[in-house]
Amino acid sequence: MEARPLVQNALPDDPTPPTLLTTPLDAWHRAHGARMVGFAGYAMPVQYDFTDALATRCRGGVLAEHLHCRAQAALFDVSHMGQATLEGTAAVAALEALVPGDIAALKPGRQRYTLLTNEAGGIIDDLMVATLEPGRLFLVVNASRKDDDFRHIEAALPAGVTLTPHPERALLALQGPRATEVLGRLCPAAATLPFMGVAHALVRGIPCLLSRSGYTGEDGFEISVPAERAVDLATLLVEQPEIVPAGLGARDSLRLEAGLCLYGNDIDELTSPVEAGLTWVIGKRRKIAWDFPGALVVRDQLDNGAPRVRVGIRPEGRAPARAGTTIAAADGTEAGVVTSGGFSPTLNAPIAMGYVRRDLAADGTALALLVRGKSLPAAVVPMPFVPHRYAR
Amino acid sequence: MADTDTRYTRDHEWIRLDGDIATIGITDHAQEALGDVVFIELPALERMVEAGEACAVVESVKAASDIYAPLAGKVVETNEAIVDEPALVNSDAMGEGWFFRIEIDDTEAFNALLDEAAYTEFLETL
Repeated sequence: MEARPLVQNALPDDPTPPTLLTTPLDAWHRAHGARMVGFAGYAMPVQYDFTDALATRCRGGVLAEHLHCRAQAALFDVSHMGQATLEGTAAVAALEALVPGDIAALKPGRQRYTLLTNEAGGIIDDLMVATLEPGRLFLVVNASRKDDDFRHIEAALPAGVTLTPHPERALLALQGPRATEVLGRLCPAAATLPFMGVAHALVRGIPCLLSRSGYTGEDGFEISVPAERAVDLATLLVEQPEIVPAGLGARDSLRLEAGLCLYGNDIDELTSPVEAGLTWVIGKRRKIAWDFPGALVVRDQLDNGAPRVRVGIRPEGRAPARAGTTIAAADGTEAGVVTSGGFSPTLNAPIAMGYVRRDLAADGTALALLVRGKSLPAAVVPMPFVPHRYAR
Repeated sequence: MADTDTRYTRDHEWIRLDGDIATIGITDHAQEALGDVVFIELPALERMVEAGEACAVVESVKAASDIYAPLAGKVVETNEAIVDEPALVNSDAMGEGWFFRIEIDDTEAFNALLDEAAYTEFLETL
């Protein structure tokens, strides 16, 4: 087995290597004690070492930032993700040609989660789409896929529909039970935005596009802002005593607890929405028309069952089982693989997500995880591991 | 424990020798770089280890890392306290957060390890 050194050198304090892109908050992160790593081609904070006022709120580190998010609220920089506007009278039809969701029914000021699928029934990316106004949709896609996604969408556009990426905009996520109270203090419109609502609003004079959604299972907002105002917005938010910045480490452990997929780990071009347990994204009308890429594969799997299913997994002991861990059934036969795994700060125990044979997917099914040559007992458990607390 | 100086490895372990029993842990630099420790796997008692052999695992929230036996010998004691409370490695890496003890064959090998000045100098090169 490859040696795994104790101290892995992330990015040093001095300038980001020229091969990595930076977000508008790069200097801000470093000034706040961020430990930076490369992710999806960007220098991003993985965790912080807080000092002064922030250190009195939270000691920093993945565990503390994660727990602070669930206890109060945390601010994430997700500016590396792809933001784009899809415009034209035929914009809805253009997008529906690429996703299984009912975009026509998405009223102005509303947003939903959907998938870009391919002809084989696989997932090209998962994304959020909002209707800003009739004929104008706003998309947020994964950082690691944005170039592929935009190319894919562009290639399929009819005349009169344009896709405009927004590299000139930053994206911040404010997540946690105190998020609405804090943002409402600075922007009254935020307090009345319904879950999955979208609205333009001024946050202490800073023009933002707010959506009440996120990737943690908590109440909160994703805030799109012009890049040149990102520092002002982040500074303003972190001035609020409830808030600390949090890095990608905490973002990953939060979404795992929430049972949310990470593209590249839990879903990819070889995973179908049925296997992934994401068929709820298929609109009712779309299930009659079957008019999206891969629809026939999806339909067949819905009728006959998919060969494997995404499930939640709880190792019995304390050892985490990471992505790539082989899963065996109780009888020793091959069962599947872990696609995301780590430690849950909220449960103070290891948790994992993976794919298993359909016959082993029932809650409570005994499994064995092959970790460092040992067979560790585990069980299938329902997700989310930590209940969602969306503002419904 | 008798007064011996602390020695170090380039893998960020510390070692203290009492007679022929070496106590091994990870350095403060290592625990800080690792972040929050959430799981430890210690070697089995009586296990014979070679110098440089991976014999324990320390996991942070994000990743697992190997700990290497700095000296050859037999594992004679393990610190269950850090198995029950992994955060002890973060809070007291140089003391209560020790990992295991080895009965070593060759006390001269201990003297060949980095002393504090050499380890500090090594850290500056990283």
